[in-house]
Amino acid sequence: MRFTRRMAALGVAVAIVAAACSSSGGGSGELTKVRLQLQWFPQAQFAGYYAAVDQGFYKAEGLDVTILPGGVDIVPATVVAGGNAEFGISWVPKMLASRESGADVQVIGQVFQRSGLLQIAFKDKGITKPEDWRGKKVGTWGYGNEAELYAAMRKVGIDPTNPDDVTIIPQQFDMNAFLNGEIDAAQAMTYNEYAQVLEAKNPTTGQLYQPSDLDVISMEDAGTPMLEDAIFASQAWLAKSGNEDVAVKFLRASFKGWQYCRDNAASCVDIVLKSDAKLPKGHQTWQLNEINALIWPSPNGIGIMDQAAYDRTVQIATDGKILTKQPTDGFRNDLAEKALKDLGGDTKGESWQKATVTLTEGGK
Amino acid sequence: MERPPAGSPEAGVEVGQVPAIDDIPGDAIPPPALVEAEVALGRDLEAFAPPTPRRARRVRGAWLRPALGFVGIAALLAVAWEGAKWIAGDPWDVRSILGIPVSIIHDPPYRWMPVNDINLPHAWTIVEAFFETDARGETLLQGLLGAALFTFRGAAVGFALGASVGLLLAILLVHVRFLERALLPLLVASQTVPIVAIAPVVVVGLKAGWLSIAIVASYLTFFPVTVAAIRGMRSADPRAYELMRSYAARDRAVLWRLRFPASAPYLFTAFKIAATASVVGAIVGELPSGIRDGLGGTLLTAMQYYSIQPQRLWAAIAVAAGLGIVCFVLVVLAERWALRHYRPTEPGVAA
Repeated sequence: MRFTRRMAALGVAVAIVAAACSSSGGGSGELTKVRLQLQWFPQAQFAGYYAAVDQGFYKAEGLDVTILPGGVDIVPATVVAGGNAEFGISWVPKMLASRESGADVQVIGQVFQRSGLLQIAFKDKGITKPEDWRGKKVGTWGYGNEAELYAAMRKVGIDPTNPDDVTIIPQQFDMNAFLNGEIDAAQAMTYNEYAQVLEAKNPTTGQLYQPSDLDVISMEDAGTPMLEDAIFASQAWLAKSGNEDVAVKFLRASFKGWQYCRDNAASCVDIVLKSDAKLPKGHQTWQLNEINALIWPSPNGIGIMDQAAYDRTVQIATDGKILTKQPTDGFRNDLAEKALKDLGGDTKGESWQKATVTLTEGGK
Repeated sequence: MERPPAGSPEAGVEVGQVPAIDDIPGDAIPPPALVEAEVALGRDLEAFAPPTPRRARRVRGAWLRPALGFVGIAALLAVAWEGAKWIAGDPWDVRSILGIPVSIIHDPPYRWMPVNDINLPHAWTIVEAFFETDARGETLLQGLLGAALFTFRGAAVGFALGASVGLLLAILLVHVRFLERALLPLLVASQTVPIVAIAPVVVVGLKAGWLSIAIVASYLTFFPVTVAAIRGMRSADPRAYELMRSYAARDRAVLWRLRFPASAPYLFTAFKIAATASVVGAIVGELPSGIRDGLGGTLLTAMQYYSIQPQRLWAAIAVAAGLGIVCFVLVVLAERWALRHYRPTEPGVAA
């Protein structure tokens, strides 16, 4: 008797465990786990994705998204191609270079429509147009970041490899060399380094540097902008059944996150600060405003690749020897188009106006 | 443990050989002859030991003088720091120092870039930075201490790992001369490869989180331990070695009773180097990956925003240096404890 009762209890236990297992595997209420590999540490540059997590946009699409912060030696395309993340964020030329060296990745959502790269100089250097770089000390971060600058130089007949034309100076990721006067014209992103200069004190006046103290040449104005932050995935992963659907959901929720950050900038900044409390708040507020300006307006809707901008990016990358040949299948728009169909809200942001952000010392 | 029958191979006593001294099991009563041999060896080894130095009586508050010295030097440094800024820094317009309202307005006669406010912020700005709160309401000091704890974990595990590997390597190399000649150049070569080149391979490749940080840290720690341990083990008095050999002591006994005691001071010197190196290793190991919880990540963020908040990088550097000092002091304390009865050729029999 006792034995059979035990057997019955065991049977019930097994049934419960089996039921539990079956409900946790592939049940309709379960979230699909995916990972997003960023190209740098958390900051407002990636606000839309953090907002989509925080606001539950991914969850509403049935996704459980883990955001993996980038690092100095992390190449998102390698991480994604290696199956250690489903999606990645990268500048387009860098992703294409990884693709050329064997990573089967392609852009599925072109988030940034414009280039945020500037070459800035103090007024007294008299550098107001690309021609003025001739004979000056011009800084660049290197690692592929020089391509836009070099293309702009070649366009006006300056040979960046000829020291008689221009002195190229390797630039660190802070603006000290520029502030110390070791570099005449320094590379700066609109959303980061440019603000860092405006958050530093001018020792001669005791006040913060003002935009009027600087001459700014943007790569957009120089006519040699490349495409920056894009969402990409691996082709092999996309080819597996059901994954294209996951990608569409991911794009839709990410776009929603960016819409949220466009319409609720202040609370979006708070979400970013929550992800890494060490960041200076004033600086992140500036950064999000500038990031929004790189995304909005999106003439064809957020995430859609503009063929002309892509072709120009490839051309500059090829001229700059980042790529050795024309890539094929570097991007696809169909997934982003599907995502846009059910996105709702303002998908183009044509009426969006850039806010005026006042910077404070130290970006506080 | 049961004593194996005499003459069996397990006993380690071969026919026609004097019993080896390390074959006496602890819980068995050794035959009188062996006891005599033990005592004789102990006595004879004793002859090589220099007289035990009279221990200096611990004076209460003996730590006070070095501590005062440290504070004094730090104060001198701060004065030199601010002095340089007074002579050649940016114009001073100081309204408060550490919360105390002051009014210092001064225009330095010279301008020298290395001491301007960005390259060399005022000392009190750095101290004040520790108490700035972030978005979570946490002070920078709290954040840095948390980060230091994370880095310490990687460094400590790396140190333990590196020291063990280093010691094992040394034992191997001391006993197998051929290996020493073959391996030592390789080990030296391993240390000439910059750690910043190794770290990404280990950290990004292994994806083991803080454990891979420990591996990077151990890479910096094993080498000084190996070199010092080899040197230390060889430093044993050759006459003591000959004596042990004359008693047919086996390698294991020579290792435990002669080589290890002889290498102790060398080892602890190496441990001190290794302890500080392990902190460096752990910090470098955090840099390449997205690991943000330690001092490496904190330093990197501070570097990125250096132009606008230089004091935060200096604060982070101060904490990193402090962590190195803590690790060093821990080894010193361990050394004091471990070597409290130390004499260079400890016979270990009389104990």
